[in-house]
Amino acid sequence: MSKILVVAEHGNGTVRKATLTTLQMARDLAAKKGSSIDIAVLGHGVGGVAEALKGYGAETIHVADHADLAYPLAPTWAKVIADIAQAADADVVAMSASTTGKDILPRVAARLEAGMASDVVAVVDTDDGPGFRRPMWAGALLADVVIDSDVWVVTARGSAFDAAAATGGSSDIEAFAADPAAAASRTRFVKFDATASDRPSLDEADVVVAGGRGLKSAEGFSQVMEPLADAFGAAIGASRAAVDDGYAPNDYQIGQTGKVVAPQLYVAVAISGAIQHLAGMKNSKVIVAINTRDDEPIHKIADYSLKADAFTAVPELVEKLAARG
Amino acid sequence: MKILVTAKRVTDPNAKLVINDDGNWIDDDVEYILNPFCENAIEAALQLAEAGDDVETVAIGIGDDEVQRFIRQGALARGVDRGIWVEAEEAELDSDGIARILKAVVEKEEPDLVLLGKQAVDGDSNQVAQLLAEMLGWPQATFASDVTIEGNEAIVTREVDGGLETLAIGMPCVVSADLRLNDPRYASLAGIMKAKKKEMDEYEPDDLDIDDLDPKVRVVAMHEPAGRSAGVAVADVDELIAKLATEARVI
Repeated sequence: MSKILVVAEHGNGTVRKATLTTLQMARDLAAKKGSSIDIAVLGHGVGGVAEALKGYGAETIHVADHADLAYPLAPTWAKVIADIAQAADADVVAMSASTTGKDILPRVAARLEAGMASDVVAVVDTDDGPGFRRPMWAGALLADVVIDSDVWVVTARGSAFDAAAATGGSSDIEAFAADPAAAASRTRFVKFDATASDRPSLDEADVVVAGGRGLKSAEGFSQVMEPLADAFGAAIGASRAAVDDGYAPNDYQIGQTGKVVAPQLYVAVAISGAIQHLAGMKNSKVIVAINTRDDEPIHKIADYSLKADAFTAVPELVEKLAARG
Repeated sequence: MKILVTAKRVTDPNAKLVINDDGNWIDDDVEYILNPFCENAIEAALQLAEAGDDVETVAIGIGDDEVQRFIRQGALARGVDRGIWVEAEEAELDSDGIARILKAVVEKEEPDLVLLGKQAVDGDSNQVAQLLAEMLGWPQATFASDVTIEGNEAIVTREVDGGLETLAIGMPCVVSADLRLNDPRYASLAGIMKAKKKEMDEYEPDDLDIDDLDPKVRVVAMHEPAGRSAGVAVADVDELIAKLATEARVI
């Protein structure tokens, strides 16, 4: 029988939303393929993460708790994930298309001689059985792909799936005797410089406000975007042009080469809307564009377009939102 | 030290792609460019060669004979020492097949470092560097925004969710380039002239003893994404707030 192994993502002992969106993709696939679902939790001191996932309908939660797995280094994590998949006889391995999932899962595919579908946005029926829909050419086209190998490896785009809801029940939790050392990774973790922010992360925020090159400088960017983000409780994003010009750090970047988001509300400020940017936000529920020009590509997809100077319109918007309470 | 770097050809990201009755995209008249991420990888190879002693750089391209032009103009004209062209029907290869070809070339060339673009901007799969690293049993550092060589290690800063990560990986190793790694140089006229005489090895998969290139992943249909129509222009901030509150109901 088919079994899908979902690899959990977590941080500071808590389950990331990316785990639950991947779980939803797995449920969609399980419904078509008649699969059961297992979860793999890798890390060090991650018993709490496994406990937190007990009520999501997985048959077994495999816990690989090992000091050498504390940080997700690709060679070691890939080896242990592949080992769990083989031990559990899983025929699908899934993880989110976060930078972690993108880094690790192709190595799992190579180990299992599996075909891999990246950045999947939907599970679809094809003439050849269950398949996956995924964007190509920055989302200009959507391809339906099928995987012909015995084992399938999939990364799921977080913004394309709802977070799976708890179903009750209680999964079996089993310790997995991980042997990461055998991966001989020759990889040393040196440091992680976190982008300091008290705001919600881009992939988890209900509202995203994003600034573009029209904000003219790093000072202009923060002066306009930070109060706006505060007013909405939003995450801040940026166009690639704004990132390239040094107005915002790279992990703010939204688009083909950055993050893909689909929040309830997306406010694009002084962004023209190159196709590479639209690829990262066009599935947002409601899109607002604030721009001094009204002939930019962003206006072709925005629900509400305000032709105005961001330096005056945004502070006014912030003030009036505050007055609404 | 020897660096192997990829030169992949992609369709122009600004080209309008059309789907035919068979559900496949039509490639008539579509312009091709060098994959932007491969340009970053090539620039990184050149900078490492300039910073080090006795570094040889080799560019590899896979595809039909048109690919040779991208190897010469995109890599050799910029300063890469020589090229390798593997003649293959690229459209029939998936990421796994590309990685298998690269693995065979790596085993022949024995580079210390393989530099690739983090993804091709046509397929957007972001798999080949990682697949290659695992097939070789080598360490990897993907999405690199900085690469230096210290002794027998590559020190790589990676652009990941939430910040910047730095890894030290022992050579031989695989690194995939992100866009902020560098600003790719233009080829000089002298470089373009020199590139015409640079060595280009040619292989077919059979020459490399690759037995299985059957794709594991098959595209069975293509769709145009659902269009999103333009909404309304609002006159001022008050109208915007009113629409968001009463029509869109998001505030």
